[in-house]
Amino acid sequence: MGMAAESQFHVLAVDDSIIDRKLIERLLKTSSYQVTTVDSGSKALEFLGLHEDDTTNPSTPCVSPNNHQEVEVNLVITDYCMPGMTGYDLLKKIKESSSLRDIPVVIMSSENVPSRISRCLEEGAEEFFLKPVRLSDLNKLRPHLMKTKSKDQHQKQEKQEEKSAFQSPKQQQQEKEEHQQQQQASNNKRKAIEEGLSPERTRPRYNGITTVV
Amino acid sequence: MDVVKLQKQLVDYRASLYHEAFLDEQFTQLQELQDENNPDFVVEVVSLFFEDSERLLNELAKALEQQSIDFKRVDAHVHQLKGSSSSIGAQRVQKVCITFRNYCEEQNVEGCLKCLQQVKHEYSLVKTKLETMFKLQQQILAAGGSIPM
Repeated sequence: MGMAAESQFHVLAVDDSIIDRKLIERLLKTSSYQVTTVDSGSKALEFLGLHEDDTTNPSTPCVSPNNHQEVEVNLVITDYCMPGMTGYDLLKKIKESSSLRDIPVVIMSSENVPSRISRCLEEGAEEFFLKPVRLSDLNKLRPHLMKTKSKDQHQKQEKQEEKSAFQSPKQQQQEKEEHQQQQQASNNKRKAIEEGLSPERTRPRYNGITTVV
Repeated sequence: MDVVKLQKQLVDYRASLYHEAFLDEQFTQLQELQDENNPDFVVEVVSLFFEDSERLLNELAKALEQQSIDFKRVDAHVHQLKGSSSSIGAQRVQKVCITFRNYCEEQNVEGCLKCLQQVKHEYSLVKTKLETMFKLQQQILAAGGSIPM
């Protein structure tokens, strides 16, 4: 498989639906990520080592003294519509936290609401996926994860990965068609490449191939 | 037991489910996520869907029986059902949920009650179909055959 010498990326998936948790877990594992799933935003924050009152009360003893969370999380993928803390609320809390703000966050939603999508992207979400999420969507995660592994990397990458080795032939065909417009010359899989900030970074991503109404 | 005959039966049956919109492309996605290391993935997800749906349908019935109906609550349940049916590719169930949500927004009791009946019906149909399909798969495996894609 393609993961070679690097340790696996660890993704924290947040969704109140047990079906969707199972699905996202399988999708992520198929893509060779290590996965932890939780069913709420508050549990996600707990897992990340942040308690809800942390941003307003930094002297809270329940936060570990070093800046890093107990378990390293390389990406958070969360459902938008959840009871209690929404995915947007979770995103905000992560971005407001000095220890967590560099963790890329991806939002998933079953509803295609442009204002919702813009709001999330403006708040710092890397991507917005329409449900049901597919393997081809997850390939968009890799550049964001590569960025966190590279120390000096501050800028987003827009280059596409070459087709993943774990895609089925059908997926590869879909991938090809979907990314024709975004294809760049470079085809390095693993090396982080510096590129100028692209204005396309904040362009909302609409998945045109789902059957979601 | 004729394995070849069973396999053909399965292929035809599955095709009919897509043709009649009981299932859509998302179900195919689920099948593609299954492999030798996760041979029961589809059955597991579908079982979760059954459990979850039955819970939601009960909640919906209760919520709509109330003197004063809390439409927000009803809508929240329908939203969940819509999401999970979409996630497994149960297209007909998903479609009824869309109509159902519209009635919730309009606070239309008649409409909601009608949709509840419809969604129960569609759910029951897709459940039977999927169980039949899984049974066929079991028969094939028991006869030493493999499941055709």
